[in-house]
Amino acid sequence: MEIWIIYILNGMYFASFLFLTSLGLSIILGVMGILNLAHGSLFAIGAFMAAFIIGALAEKAPVTIFVIGLLAALGVAGLMGLLLEVSIIRPMYNRALEYQLLITFGALLLIEDLIKMTWGGTAYYASKPFEMMGTFAVGANEYPFYFLFAILIAVIAGIGVWLIMSKTKAGIMLRAISMDREMATAMGIQIRRLNTMAFGIGAALAGLAGALVIPTTPALLGIGMDPLIIAFIVVVLGGLGSLKGALVGSVIVGETRSIGIVLFPEIELPLLFLIAVIILVFRPQGLFGR
Amino acid sequence: MLKVKRLVKDFGRARIINPTSFDVQKDEIVSLVGPNGAGKTTLVNLISGHIKATGGQIEFLGRDITHASPYRRIKMGIARNFQITNLFEDSSVLENVRICLFSVYGKIKKGILPADHYKAITDEAIGILDIFGISEKKDLLPGNLSEGDKKVLDTAMAFALRSKFLLLDEPTSGVATGDKFKVMDTIIAAIKKEKMACLIIEHDMDIVSDYTDRVLVLAEGSVIADGNPKEIMEQKNVKEILFGVKG
Amino acid sequence: MKFHERVMRPKFFAYLGVFILLLFLPLLLPIYQLMLIESGLTFAILSLGFNLLLRYTGLLSFGHGALFATGAYAVGMMGEYYPQLYRIEILIPVALIASLVVSAIFGFICVRHTRIFFSILALAVSMVMFALLVKLYNLTGGSDGLHIDLPIMLGKSYEGMKRFEFLSGAFYYFLLLSFVGCAILMFAIVNSPFGKALQSIRDNEVRAEMIGIRVRRYRWYAFIISGMFCGFGGALWSFVNGHVTPEISEWVFSGEIVYMTLLGGFMVFEGPIIGAILFTYLKLYAVSITQYWMFIIGATLVVLVLLLPEGIAGGFARLAKKIKSRSAAGVA
Repeated sequence: MEIWIIYILNGMYFASFLFLTSLGLSIILGVMGILNLAHGSLFAIGAFMAAFIIGALAEKAPVTIFVIGLLAALGVAGLMGLLLEVSIIRPMYNRALEYQLLITFGALLLIEDLIKMTWGGTAYYASKPFEMMGTFAVGANEYPFYFLFAILIAVIAGIGVWLIMSKTKAGIMLRAISMDREMATAMGIQIRRLNTMAFGIGAALAGLAGALVIPTTPALLGIGMDPLIIAFIVVVLGGLGSLKGALVGSVIVGETRSIGIVLFPEIELPLLFLIAVIILVFRPQGLFGR
Repeated sequence: MLKVKRLVKDFGRARIINPTSFDVQKDEIVSLVGPNGAGKTTLVNLISGHIKATGGQIEFLGRDITHASPYRRIKMGIARNFQITNLFEDSSVLENVRICLFSVYGKIKKGILPADHYKAITDEAIGILDIFGISEKKDLLPGNLSEGDKKVLDTAMAFALRSKFLLLDEPTSGVATGDKFKVMDTIIAAIKKEKMACLIIEHDMDIVSDYTDRVLVLAEGSVIADGNPKEIMEQKNVKEILFGVKG
Repeated sequence: MKFHERVMRPKFFAYLGVFILLLFLPLLLPIYQLMLIESGLTFAILSLGFNLLLRYTGLLSFGHGALFATGAYAVGMMGEYYPQLYRIEILIPVALIASLVVSAIFGFICVRHTRIFFSILALAVSMVMFALLVKLYNLTGGSDGLHIDLPIMLGKSYEGMKRFEFLSGAFYYFLLLSFVGCAILMFAIVNSPFGKALQSIRDNEVRAEMIGIRVRRYRWYAFIISGMFCGFGGALWSFVNGHVTPEISEWVFSGEIVYMTLLGGFMVFEGPIIGAILFTYLKLYAVSITQYWMFIIGATLVVLVLLLPEGIAGGFARLAKKIKSRSAAGVA
């Protein structure tokens, strides 16, 4: 029986970085109307950044270093996002949507190789923080503290985003834009600057998510592709532009994966995708979509 | 041909169309007039199927189409134009009309012979452009047409669908005043020739009285008058609603 | 325009010239170069199929590698499990049927959504296929893939022959004819009423629905036809490459398909063909001088989209138009 608690907690762990990734994707999609194909690569930047910092400095104070690593990942990914937005995405605002997709795809390719150039093609293992935090007992099994830590970080970040979106002026304007872009422009809202901000936030969230997986998964080239697709599945399932949707969607997908691995160990992505497709057949607008 | 029975439309808690009933007979040309916001375009959208009715019934050729999709209604013979012209911007004027014909004649499944090979259909398309007076512009792109010509093309496309019932939303808006009557002459002549029934939203009362058999006056979601244009326009309440003239 | 008027244009003679050149290629080029051209031709068929969806129906798919892989793996699996049926006359129809089925399913899932979702849904579907190809290794050979033997072609067995001999002989002409056939067929399709219907969907899907074209259904039809072209290209490619691996279903290759179509220019019919051939050489050259191939295509893709969205052929077409109008003005 307790083993199921473990599975559920595992699902929550998976859901935590999935939540961050899909929230970021959803913000960008909601505010800018752009599906950011480079999102997985921003995730990867976060992962490599964190792995690098931990790998280089972790002997000293693993957990603190890890937190620094998280912040660095968030920062670098966010900066990369801002850079992308300002340089190549902005000129695409008035073009057809396909061109925007193509440009973010170009960014994906660029970033993947930039990562290769910076950090080489080998895997970066950085499991120190995970080991340092140890485990606690759940019945007869051991559950890693690190998983709880990750869930905590995700919750903090989620609350942070929620606060920004509902309490700050910029955040409220972002929500206004995502609800009705034309109206927002008509009301004089500075779309450009807010677009950049939205992209930066979305990218930072992806980077943070990437950093969070590092203690349990090595940073490898292409690490961001599956998260991109699964995050997209979450966004589509949970409905566009909704934080609640991203939350619920992540939990559903996370638990499905966790339980799915137990029952069908090999078929992760296809299984998730199959479930998403089935749901979409009956509810094309997602579970909470508008 | 078209029977509207106690049709109702609510948007949330706002009732846009009150229980409304009217008929349009075969061969009739009926105009729909009323102040802005009365619900004219909503009514047209309800008939074409782009908006679902909240209550009531719509019958066409004896069949209940209240819940039919726009696609079904097109296949049954209801066609419409759009208030804001809605054309295929990357295709020539001729191709805009021709694709309508291909659709109507069920040719869009044909994938091997080139479109130009279908001489009869191409000629028919040119013929329709002729009727509407824009055949010299057949190779131009819609972007190069005047607003008025775009409207005419839009109507020509609806006409090309060989429908039995045409819904026209302000077919002369945007057309230069001097040309309005010429355009209406063309459209009405073509409609009469094909024996189509028609419901036209219009603002120009001269056009209403010169070209249409009957007028429906819509105000705040209800039909307040239904009859011969000349008689209706003499009615006091109509004059008030339409022209703000009191007494 | 009458048939002979349409045919007797300078373009037609250019095509004829190219065709004749291609006919003599095995005599002019060393086998290594010839194989490159052959790869390019299979990619050209692939790009033509892809562009039916992009240019003519307005759908950008980031997952078309999966369809190419379907055709290639169809050949591979036939060789693995039904070696007694390993003849080209059977292999090609099997590949086409497999492509039909797979693209019908994939297409059905993808076309029900808006254009943006379609793009990434296609990516997701192709990654699912990639995952399946890797994990079901008992069936598909996993990440090692499957070896492709030389098939029996028109009754003649090529067993024991070296691949390059096969490729520079009868197979080359089979491939060339297939390519020409595909090009002609695709040209017919895009100019037919069906093609016009697709273009109206791309242009203005609301209006298309309004004139009685079932948008979703026709997008699905386009997807299936596109998939069959791509699968056919994949099947032919498998013989040239000698080996099929799951990578062709991965996102990188799907991205390369998008790239090569854009490179040549997707607004012009011949663009994808030119792009595919150019791409084959470009990749070979780039990979030999740097390991950062993705950076190169990423950077050139960005530049293309920013500056030359119509690609190379499109750019030429525009230039040709400008020259024509300028000379006409000059004469007048």
